[in-house]
Amino acid sequence: MNTEMNDKIVASLQEQFGENIIKVQQLDLLTITINKNKLIEIVDFLYKSEEFKFRFLTDLTGIHQPDVKEDLGVIYHLHNLVDNVRLRLKVFVSTGNPHIHSLTSIFPGANWMERETFDFYGIHFNGHPNLKRILNVDEMTIHPLRKEFPLEDQTRKDKNDAQFGR
Amino acid sequence: MSTINQVNAPDGIEGAGFFATKLDAVVGLARKNSIWPLPFATSCCGIEFMATMGAHYDLARFGSERLSFSPRQADLLMVMGTIAKKMAPVLRQVYEQMAEPKWVLCMGACASSGGVFDTYSVLQGIDRIIPVDVYIPGCPPRPEQVIDGILKIQELVESESIRRRDTPEYKALLAEYNF
Repeated sequence: MNTEMNDKIVASLQEQFGENIIKVQQLDLLTITINKNKLIEIVDFLYKSEEFKFRFLTDLTGIHQPDVKEDLGVIYHLHNLVDNVRLRLKVFVSTGNPHIHSLTSIFPGANWMERETFDFYGIHFNGHPNLKRILNVDEMTIHPLRKEFPLEDQTRKDKNDAQFGR
Repeated sequence: MSTINQVNAPDGIEGAGFFATKLDAVVGLARKNSIWPLPFATSCCGIEFMATMGAHYDLARFGSERLSFSPRQADLLMVMGTIAKKMAPVLRQVYEQMAEPKWVLCMGACASSGGVFDTYSVLQGIDRIIPVDVYIPGCPPRPEQVIDGILKIQELVESESIRRRDTPEYKALLAEYNF
């Protein structure tokens, strides 16, 4: 991990966006929790900056923590391919209003990853060109990786629960 | 030297220069020993099926020399492997495209019941969408078991009436599955 570069990133983001940088953690990667309303501005800044050059979106995924107030999250992994620096951004919303702005205007590659996150967590990406299910059947009514939905298929009748410790 | 077994002629009345038997029995005999399977292989059971088709086990010995990769010419649909819910309509369509008479063999725990994949995305047994004639247990089954399953199908094929599709039982079965 390039700590010198990380310090520069944090200092620059805090100077530029102040309050909207909610939390900074030095984990396996530099991890920054940001305000969901400033997502586009922050990613755009990191993309366009000649110093940081975060021009590759490695991955984008969701998380559900039912005990936390803002229980749904989206996690972005950005990569500066020139200097080989990686960065993790976290954004949190609540299930009551699960809306986040889409990153497709900056990274076209976010298209399918956002569809997958919508499919499994029910997070709506505002401004996405084609937000519909991508992996599960279209008739599915639930978002299966949210904790309130059971993992197992509920239509199976031949199983003895005692054998599964239930 | 191995001995060559020939298929025995069906029961009938034999005399000098003639042999009389039922048409059902002759057609059944012909169908039984020339089944064209359509392999619908999605995972490890499919690999085991490839071994079954190979030189060592050689399903060709039982008259299934030729695999049909088009459902229209196939007699037997062999479903081998996990069927995801998203694939269910595809499997149904393949079954619908097969001409009568047709049979279905379901190989392995996943195709039969969902197996270990008791989860929201996996079909819990293909008999929820299409009728099944023979189930082969195992995860995956050995090629010997596959051959045993094919022989069980052959028993069914041999004893089937010529126009099964006209029987009320068969119509009721298909209606149960909304065909």
